[in-house]
Amino acid sequence: MNPVETVLRTLHDDELALHDDLLAAAEDHRAEHEFHHVATDTARWSAEHARLIAAAAADRGLHLPADRDPAALTRLRRKAAEDLAPRPDGPPGLLAALTALHLAASRNSLHWEMLAQAAQAGRDGELLDLASRCHPQTLRQMRWTNTLIKTLAPQLLTAS
Amino acid sequence: MRERIDRIAEPWGDRTPYRPGQPWPVRRDAHLTGDGVDRWVPAASLLHSNGDAMDVAVRDGRIVGVRGRADDRVNRGRLGPKDLFGWQANHARDRLTVPLVRRGGELEESDWDTAMGLVVDRSKHLLEEHGPGAIGFYTSGQLFLEEYYTLAVTARAGIGTNHLDGNTRLCTATAAEALKETFGCDGQPASYTDVDHCDTLALFGHNMAETQPVLWMRVLDRLAGPEPPRLLCVDPRPTPAAARSEVHLAPRTGTNVALLNALLHELVRTDRIDHAYVRAHTVGYQELAAGVAKCTPQWAARICDVPAREIQRAAELLGEARKLLSTVLQGVYQSHQATAAAVQVNNLQLLRGMLGRPGCGVLQMNGQPTAENTRECGADGDLPGFRNWENAAHVAELAKLWNVEEERIPHYGAPTPAMQIFRYAEQGSIKLLWISGTNPAVSLPELARIRELLRSEGLFTVVQDLYPTETALLADVVLPAATWGEKTGTFTNADRTVHLCEQAVQPPGQARPDLDILLDYARRMDFRDRDGAPLIGWHDAPGAFEAWQRCSAGRPCDYTGLSYELLRERGGIQWPCDAEHPDGTERLYSDGISWAAPDTCETYGRDLVTGAAVSETEYRALNPGGRAVLKAAEYLPPHEDVSAEHPLQLTTGRTLYHFHTRTKTGRTPQLDAAAPGMWVEIGAGEARSRGLGEGDLVEVATARGAVRARLRVTAIRDGLLFLPFHYGYWDTPGRTGPGPDGGRAANETTVTDWDPVSKQPLYKTAAARLTRIAPADGTPAPAPTTTASAPADPAAAPPTTGGPDALADQRPDPAPEATP
Repeated sequence: MNPVETVLRTLHDDELALHDDLLAAAEDHRAEHEFHHVATDTARWSAEHARLIAAAAADRGLHLPADRDPAALTRLRRKAAEDLAPRPDGPPGLLAALTALHLAASRNSLHWEMLAQAAQAGRDGELLDLASRCHPQTLRQMRWTNTLIKTLAPQLLTAS
Repeated sequence: MRERIDRIAEPWGDRTPYRPGQPWPVRRDAHLTGDGVDRWVPAASLLHSNGDAMDVAVRDGRIVGVRGRADDRVNRGRLGPKDLFGWQANHARDRLTVPLVRRGGELEESDWDTAMGLVVDRSKHLLEEHGPGAIGFYTSGQLFLEEYYTLAVTARAGIGTNHLDGNTRLCTATAAEALKETFGCDGQPASYTDVDHCDTLALFGHNMAETQPVLWMRVLDRLAGPEPPRLLCVDPRPTPAAARSEVHLAPRTGTNVALLNALLHELVRTDRIDHAYVRAHTVGYQELAAGVAKCTPQWAARICDVPAREIQRAAELLGEARKLLSTVLQGVYQSHQATAAAVQVNNLQLLRGMLGRPGCGVLQMNGQPTAENTRECGADGDLPGFRNWENAAHVAELAKLWNVEEERIPHYGAPTPAMQIFRYAEQGSIKLLWISGTNPAVSLPELARIRELLRSEGLFTVVQDLYPTETALLADVVLPAATWGEKTGTFTNADRTVHLCEQAVQPPGQARPDLDILLDYARRMDFRDRDGAPLIGWHDAPGAFEAWQRCSAGRPCDYTGLSYELLRERGGIQWPCDAEHPDGTERLYSDGISWAAPDTCETYGRDLVTGAAVSETEYRALNPGGRAVLKAAEYLPPHEDVSAEHPLQLTTGRTLYHFHTRTKTGRTPQLDAAAPGMWVEIGAGEARSRGLGEGDLVEVATARGAVRARLRVTAIRDGLLFLPFHYGYWDTPGRTGPGPDGGRAANETTVTDWDPVSKQPLYKTAAARLTRIAPADGTPAPAPTTTASAPADPAAAPPTTGGPDALADQRPDPAPEATP
């Protein structure tokens, strides 16, 4: 596997993981209605990113499973559970979940950045299109988690 | 024109046709009881957002009727059925006349000192123990400007809480947000006079005939005259507006963005774009065009379930218009992707260059009559004067004006919207909730949840209202308020027209104007400015108005050119009204976009899908020149869709004869009789396929709750049920919630979900199942036959009439305008 393919695989796994993280957090925080619905909406973006990455990888002869196998699913679920579990010394539930989601989206953003730069250096128009299409949505996921933290933290940390 | 007609049976009265560009002819409507009038007192409608000007008739210290003001720019003498009859609710026998205090679980009569003492003690205790975040205010869309401004100063600089919103969040938040997203600032671009000039009128989710009957009379008069405008109507129900439209699209609910994107796609594809206007006044055209590139009518037809050809016809109508006026209301604002859809209507106008000229404009409507005042005064989740909480200079202006430290005005985050205020109350971090002039126990979604949180031990609720509403009956302290006709103040309608509404009579018993209650609270709380002077330095309505003028100076909603005297003399005047515009301003943006520059704008905007804030840096880069922003939005499927268990879409809405939760209209004999009880609407094809018929007793159930009512079979689109929003419980055995007959409030069924951009709750996108409880016994559903709820088979129900009590006068202007 060449280095670019490694990034593709990482990004594929992490987009799937973010998709699962978002849905798991949405489920855990059903009573936080805006969070629940927007998390579900933006999870769709990550699923779509994973699908597009898998298609681009397939064009390069690299097989990334678009439908996750049960073992991978279990692994991702476990990862989601670990990422989202509130730490005893951390902020309260929803803020902890938002932090984990923000960090996961930031990680994806950095990988999209790498991919876009590699695509430009390698004059790979297809890969550049992929990054140009997906990366803005990853940035929107980051801005969203950041906005919610900014909005909710004052009340959740001071008035309870 | 007939002199007297039954205005329940004929809600819009007789026609006064006129041609484009002519002034709307006068028709003077009046309803008086008994003989003789001691004096006439100026007022305007408080039962919808049109702002119809009227005079209140007073005899022997009582209100005895109303008449429309022929000289006013808004209604030219006309009144709607709610205006004609609704004033009688002031006299209802069950008005609250003394403060009530809960003792041993029961509300007991008390006095002002005791009641206010309890509220002030609790406020001070919470401030000390938990800080300002423990106190929240949820107000109305029916107080006056002077009251909202006083409330805003009290909450923001007195208490220092971020938790202040109005029930205008339920009706007008998306209008405000859509204007902010596109134009950088709130403020209605168009004027009602654009109806006089337009050649094409597009109504998006706006049942104008029922929600703003007088504005609809204006449209009807244009339709009856030479060169009538062509109408496009987007509404799943067979509204009176739909019946008069050249193209009526009845999409599946929750698909507005798909439909609007297809309309934009067609404008771009056929190049019906005013490129010069777009270049000069907007940013973002390339992104928008790219965003709608794949949104063909065929694509949208599959999502919206309307024929692609009809979408094309609609786009042709918009594309061929030379003077296009678009209006938007709850069918967009209370539905899935509310702000994203409302913004696309702004985009339509901008692409066509249809703004700032007679007949060209967009009216992002309000539901509540004084919604605009909550927005401009900052009583609804904004800072006063359309100031930007993220702009340090704007906050500094307010701090200087109020003579307080900047830190005292919370601006570390956007002001808390209503649904989040209730969430904090549910979680227990808001411990005192002061509710004024509104009835969340009926008007918010998922009522079982709302009742539970209002009842919870940890929440101290103060309710300030006119009647023992469902919410008041659950309160800890109830403060009796005065209303329209019993106090003085100004209010501003959806097209920026300010009216003065003067006290005509004394309030009943110990009831007090909302302004007096707030001033009393501020005095007892002893709020001080940085020099130790009282924070709120005014003592009456004129004083509050002057304070507001200082706050509005130099901002888009500039009131400095207005005065009570001028409003008394001239009737309605549109803001901005200042030294440069002493007669007010008919249209905004007639000279380019005025308020979108980064240093001036009210917001830097939000992501239309996630609601994430756009940063100042991004906004400066995107829009350095302060143009209108063409903001694209992708369609998302609704959050709650039909399933095997809940196979029908369910929507709710308002109807002609009632307002809000019937607190006043349910206490008005003619209006109550016209639509006396809850009903369920279903389409004729759907009813046939399910073996259901008119008058069947049915239950409509969602994942949240259920209502029971008789079925009305109409021409609504198949697959969709409609419930009127107004009915609650105060006049049922349950009083605050469902009794033995089951639920009756539509909001038992609605979902707790809101638009992430405007934070407006979604009342129009639930999935439901329908069960027949009992077959019809010959009694039709109690739904009016004069409106969108008319039966598909006209013989299925007797026509709605009002009888002798509903006769009202209508007269032409004695000196008609000369024809050109």
